[in-house]
Amino acid sequence: MAELRATTPCAGLLPLRAGAMWLEEVDPGRITSLMPGPGQAGALDAALHAAHGVGWPDPGTAHLGDGAAVIWTGMDQAMLVGPAPEPALAEAAALTDQSDAWAVVDLSGEDGPEALARLVPVDLRAHVFAEGATARTLLGHMSVSITRTGPERLRIMAFRSMAGTLVHELQTAMERVAARRGLETGAPDG
Amino acid sequence: MRLAGKGRNRDAEEVRFRFDGRELRGRAGEPLAAALMAQGVRVMGRSFKYHRPRGVMTAGSEEPNALVTVGRGAGREPNVRATVQEVHAGLEAFGQNAWPLVDFDVMAVNDLFAPVLGAGFYYKTFMWPRRFWEKVYEPAIRRAAGLGALSGEHNPDPYEKAFAFCDLLVIGAGPAGLMAALTAGRAGAEVILADEGVEPGGRLLSEDETVAGQPAHVWVATALAELAAMPNVRVMTRTTVTGAYDQGTYGALERVSGHLASPAPELPRECFWRISAKRAVLAAGALERPVAFAGNDRPGVMMASALRSYLHRWGVVPGRSAVVFGNNDDAQRTARDLAAAGVHVAAMVDARPDAPEVPGVPTHRGAVVTGAAGGRQGVEAVSLRLEDGREERLAADTLAVSGGWNPTVHLTCHMNGRPVWNEEIAAFVPAEGAVPGLTPAGACAGVFSTRGCLEAGARAAREALADLGRQAPAAEVPEAEDAPYRLRPLWAVEGKGRAWLDFQNDVTVKDVKLAARENYRSVEHMKRYTTQGMAPDQGKNSNVAALAVLADATGRSIPETGTTTFRPPYVPVSIAAMGAGAQGEGFAPVRHTTSHAASRARGAPMVEAGLWYRPSYFPQGDEDWEAACRREARMVRAAVGVADVSTLGKIDVQGADAARFLDFVYANTFSTLKPGRVRYGLMLREDGHVMDDGTTARFGEDHFVTTTTTAAAGEVMAHLEWVRQGLCPAWDVRLISVTEQWAQFAVAGPKSAELLDGLIDGGLDKSAWPFMSCGPVTVQGIEGRLFRISFSGEEGYEIALPARYGAALFEELATRAEALGGGPYGMEALNALRVEKGFITHAEIHGRTTAFDIGMGRMVSAKTDCIGKAAASREGLSGPEREQLVGFRPVEEGAAMSAGAHVFAEGAEAVRENDQGYVTSVAPSVAFGGWLALGFLRDGRARHGETVVLVDHLRGTRVRATVQEPVQFDPEGGRLRG
Repeated sequence: MAELRATTPCAGLLPLRAGAMWLEEVDPGRITSLMPGPGQAGALDAALHAAHGVGWPDPGTAHLGDGAAVIWTGMDQAMLVGPAPEPALAEAAALTDQSDAWAVVDLSGEDGPEALARLVPVDLRAHVFAEGATARTLLGHMSVSITRTGPERLRIMAFRSMAGTLVHELQTAMERVAARRGLETGAPDG
Repeated sequence: MRLAGKGRNRDAEEVRFRFDGRELRGRAGEPLAAALMAQGVRVMGRSFKYHRPRGVMTAGSEEPNALVTVGRGAGREPNVRATVQEVHAGLEAFGQNAWPLVDFDVMAVNDLFAPVLGAGFYYKTFMWPRRFWEKVYEPAIRRAAGLGALSGEHNPDPYEKAFAFCDLLVIGAGPAGLMAALTAGRAGAEVILADEGVEPGGRLLSEDETVAGQPAHVWVATALAELAAMPNVRVMTRTTVTGAYDQGTYGALERVSGHLASPAPELPRECFWRISAKRAVLAAGALERPVAFAGNDRPGVMMASALRSYLHRWGVVPGRSAVVFGNNDDAQRTARDLAAAGVHVAAMVDARPDAPEVPGVPTHRGAVVTGAAGGRQGVEAVSLRLEDGREERLAADTLAVSGGWNPTVHLTCHMNGRPVWNEEIAAFVPAEGAVPGLTPAGACAGVFSTRGCLEAGARAAREALADLGRQAPAAEVPEAEDAPYRLRPLWAVEGKGRAWLDFQNDVTVKDVKLAARENYRSVEHMKRYTTQGMAPDQGKNSNVAALAVLADATGRSIPETGTTTFRPPYVPVSIAAMGAGAQGEGFAPVRHTTSHAASRARGAPMVEAGLWYRPSYFPQGDEDWEAACRREARMVRAAVGVADVSTLGKIDVQGADAARFLDFVYANTFSTLKPGRVRYGLMLREDGHVMDDGTTARFGEDHFVTTTTTAAAGEVMAHLEWVRQGLCPAWDVRLISVTEQWAQFAVAGPKSAELLDGLIDGGLDKSAWPFMSCGPVTVQGIEGRLFRISFSGEEGYEIALPARYGAALFEELATRAEALGGGPYGMEALNALRVEKGFITHAEIHGRTTAFDIGMGRMVSAKTDCIGKAAASREGLSGPEREQLVGFRPVEEGAAMSAGAHVFAEGAEAVRENDQGYVTSVAPSVAFGGWLALGFLRDGRARHGETVVLVDHLRGTRVRATVQEPVQFDPEGGRLRG
């Protein structure tokens, strides 16, 4: 039997660049949803610190550690991104493997928030949405998770099945912002 | 014509453009109207109803007359105001509502019939015969009257939508807006300054006056330089704020590339912004209002302030000799500035008996213009009535008019605020607090001096800053003109001939009076009867004057008469901008399964299921859908078939109360299910009707995976989340969708176990996998899940691997199936197989059916409570009067039935009163040949064996059929238990 080959969600679609913006697919490693049981957020926080060096995040925030990140994704819910979860976490939380559920892309460059302003109804500019800020919101018609992972880097997670639409929407927005920058810098119209 | 050495754009590049086919020259960046005026073009449009020749009246977005179509082909844009469109090399514009040209329009014959075409003409004339309205009258009228037209083709131009955020949105960049932006910007607030003009500055760009001891436009440039240096200030030009909405959200339309000769293809034409602002300052200025008198619509009659704009900004004037007519000091500025520019000013006609004299210009105090006479090309002479009653006639080709100013209160009315009449300035001003968080400042609040506007802007910004908790630095308001606004209200001058109020919709003073006479006394009724204010300018130029005339005609005051409502948008917004990104596939995201590419490669046509795309069938050779469907269904019955079922919703349910939770949300019981086993479940809505169905697998004591239908996956997830949070918040239940995590494939048919035996690590021991079992498996060491379930009626499994392996797994499964005489099957075969088995889909559980109706009434647990149980026991939701699920088989073998047909007793007339039920699903049958159907029939379970008639009125078919058990194939289920 032929070996079953893995395919990434955005295979054949990325990377791409427009102006000073770059969009690339990211292999985030393991993604595990964590849902603490009633009253167990504290225990989960301790277990996370012990096992992965990051804590349980408040709503709207992400803890970005070395090799492991915990990104808030909803009420009593966050994603552990990077390592396989230590089994000890299961004592405080329901764990579900979501590694293959998400198309994960990084949008980098100073104009990233400007491109996302075409699609996302949340202010993502760095001085408002600083490193470690995260939001569950819409990108066009898609439900996404957006996290600032660097001064000029935004991580976008969308449903795997929608990877094609995700890339198309982002590409269009990036190209339009790049074309506007061309106008401002006095480059010829074309 | 162009005045040598005049205009601040005198160094602009000269470019060629075309208007109505004529090649003309203009200065790049000036409004089309200015370039046309420079070339002596006076007729720029034709009126809506009478096709009267019209010239430009204003210098802003409120322009009622000079509407043109820009561009040609699919993306051509109608009703572009020539005062807004900037000239660029290669610009092509066309006159509208005229044939062959605006300059010579044979439809102008309409004007001869004007005496019978007054207000209410349609209603009175086209009453009879009634059916003629739609077929004859309306199309004829629509052809004769109108504005520009869209191409009717798909619009190829890119448009865009975007969001922006700020502490303070300043709407309008005249003196008040600039000062507000400077004040807030200096305090460190995030400011968006939006102005619809090409350059910020407002009236300061159009007047010959000084601010801070400098020419006003120089002060503007200094202010803009300071704003540009502030990283916290964003100046958006060519951006009209179009609407005020809840929670400090504003809509704005930005014209992005229409002014460019060759824009980059990615550049949108327009961008529709949604701006979220903590506070806003409305500095929208004011619009000068005309006075109605006979012939006041002739080309050459213009607003006095607009003339100053054309003169000072672009160095053009519409003629050589002018009369200026007004009732306030601003009109006198026009006389003064025209005279200073060397234009002959024949007279300053001032309605005020106490008006000052304009030096060097014959000034008639207490006088009015009674008419503008002339020919097709516009004004040639102006008639006056002097204070002593004498009439006089002056030769002039230009008539500047000012009836005072109307504050631009529109945005303050968007949340139902009603403007307030201010007697002192004879105008409406914004009501206090009309839009939460928005402060009107300057001319839009009735403050008309430059100094007053600068002060008001600074003050409004300071108030906003205080609200935002910011310290405002002491603001220095520069010295500027601070003359009082002296006005004597004048709306219309009596006289012979038509005096126009609404230029865009051809409404005259006489029309409004007629409306009053015919008892349309309410301003809302007058508006609808005369169409005043219903054209693209939405009455910006005519509303106040029209209601003043109505007030006069009905003997009431203006505030008693009231206003109509200003609604968004402030300027026309193309649907292309508001719907940007939603054309074609942009309308909704596309969801692809991991087997999508492989299915397409096998030639499968795709069918939409919600947002998903699923293969209909996998054609071989020149098979049509039915042939392919029958072959694929036979293949599953005889060998093995593979179908991607990843689109079904999958929800991970965990927690100590998971089983209890499932017992509550499903009609049947799951707490008794053993780990490693699967059970079918039926979910009810609160109202007792069926919501969804699917299988739930128990992987551990506290861990279930429940599946939903493809169509209802989102709805079910939302429902479960609502139940968890709203109805059982104290329970330990944790839910998360795993639909996207797994690529899941049905492997069905007598050879399914053989196929899987070769695939799964360690082989498949059938005895360990009885019907309705589940558990973990590995394939090449990859951890997956196997379920022994069947939607086909055959021995069947569903195998799931992490989605990254989905594409490869599908290829592997399809290849193995083909080696066993099977292959992939699509939705058509899947449907054919389940119809034979009487398995339901949302065709049957369509929202109006109960568990009783589908024959699953006994599944509703008698012991425990569940959602929908109480409501399902209501009278009328069960019993013989209900339409119940049955199968249908045609009496005449091979007769094609159709879904949507209604069921009638034999011999009964096929009318609504005799309706006994309907057909929901029809499919080819390989077990019986021909076709089978599922449907609902009144008291159907008691009528098996009866012959009925299926009548499809839509398709015009009539088929006799016998009523069957819904499960028509293998009712004992021996095959699926294998």
